[in-house]
Amino acid sequence: MQQIWQGILQGLRLLFTGDPALWRIILLSAKVSGAALLISAVMGIPLGAILGLVKFPGKRLIQAAIYTGMGLPPVVVGLAVYLLLSRNGILGPLNLPWVPELFTVPAMVLAQVILATPLVAGYTMTAVAEVDPALRLQMQSLGASHAQSLLAVLREAHLGVIVALVGGLGGIISEVGAVMMVGGNVEGSTRVLTTAIMLETRRGNFDLAIGLGFVLLLLAFLINVGAAHLLGKEH
Amino acid sequence: MAPVFRLESAKKSYAGRTVVDIDRLEIDPGEFLAIVGPSGAGKSTLLRLLNFLEYPDSGKIYYAGQASSPALPLELRRQVTTVFQRPVLLRDNVENNVAYGLRLRGLRDCHAEVRAVLGRLGLGKLHRAQARSLSSGEAQRVALARAIVLQPAVLLLDEPSANLDPYNIGLIEDMLREIHQAGRTTVLLVTHNIFQAKRLAQRTALMLEGRIIEISPTSEFFENPRDRRTRAFVNGEMIY
Repeated sequence: MQQIWQGILQGLRLLFTGDPALWRIILLSAKVSGAALLISAVMGIPLGAILGLVKFPGKRLIQAAIYTGMGLPPVVVGLAVYLLLSRNGILGPLNLPWVPELFTVPAMVLAQVILATPLVAGYTMTAVAEVDPALRLQMQSLGASHAQSLLAVLREAHLGVIVALVGGLGGIISEVGAVMMVGGNVEGSTRVLTTAIMLETRRGNFDLAIGLGFVLLLLAFLINVGAAHLLGKEH
Repeated sequence: MAPVFRLESAKKSYAGRTVVDIDRLEIDPGEFLAIVGPSGAGKSTLLRLLNFLEYPDSGKIYYAGQASSPALPLELRRQVTTVFQRPVLLRDNVENNVAYGLRLRGLRDCHAEVRAVLGRLGLGKLHRAQARSLSSGEAQRVALARAIVLQPAVLLLDEPSANLDPYNIGLIEDMLREIHQAGRTTVLLVTHNIFQAKRLAQRTALMLEGRIIEISPTSEFFENPRDRRTRAFVNGEMIY
């Protein structure tokens, strides 16, 4: 028990004394997961909106794929991205300028995009589908064009979209399997909170591992408090 | 005067079942027409057709001389609006709900118009209230307010006072009389309530199984119906 308290105190001390190594890890975690969330939002929100609103052949298949994607094991995604980017893999040997190299931040972002996009799309799809279908017709009756009535539906679903983004971020900021496999936990360049916790635990530095864990929990808590505040303001 | 709506052999079906089948119907500008009939008669579908939310499978519906189709210009579509039986309001306050249609038309600063209409419908104090917190009567009045603030050429009403208490029914009927007496708006009211049709409409039509069975001046419709089915409906003897 004493070790846990020591760890928490150590984490707080490192955090508030501005320990450069810890802050580098925190900022890199934020950078990787923030970039991945942004890209996932750009792809996932429109995809979810289309799936929630439009009927087309093959929709159920895409929905099933998204639901499967929402439960993807991070380590499997890490393996897939590793095989894709490795020098002996699918894209690695081609040396294409837009293909990221393994053990770099862009490779970690790619893995997290694959994890977060189905989460964002899936939650958005549910939120949009839950908007009363009569709304669109009634907005059109008030003079909205098709595009304007779709926009009204999306606006109604925006609380669900906030939940989608929080769900997406929660899914990637705390995952370790994918970033470990494609990032490699290189100190100063690809070490993020989750991989650092793993490393410090292996080294027997439990107090530091607990401290880092505390920071990760604090981050997750703050994200959720922020989201709850936004949702609360709407209600 | 040219009719505002003209229907010629207009048919609409869903899954092989004909829901609207009207040989000929003309609605004059400025008139107040009530359409009565049992549930499933096709009244609501007719309103959706007249509001260009759907299109006939065959035949024609002309509005202001132009055939209804997806190509009908937005400016013409915006002259017609509907108040639905179950209003769906935006997750926003009352004022923004009522301003929605005006803003679509490019009118950003419309507080005065919105407040005036809310005042006329007894909703002045609720302008900042969240729409979702309203009672069903208040919500229906907001739905009426968001429609009439647009000063539409044609106002379609689909059972606007169903399930409302007498106070709210009275408020809505007074407003409809006021709109109609101003003379600029053609009003088409779909209702189960034959007494409401009697109180408000100049002409009344009976719709059964998608067809207009009888249409005549309201006094004649109720006092001297020509068709036996109209007689049965008016006397409350129709079983459906």
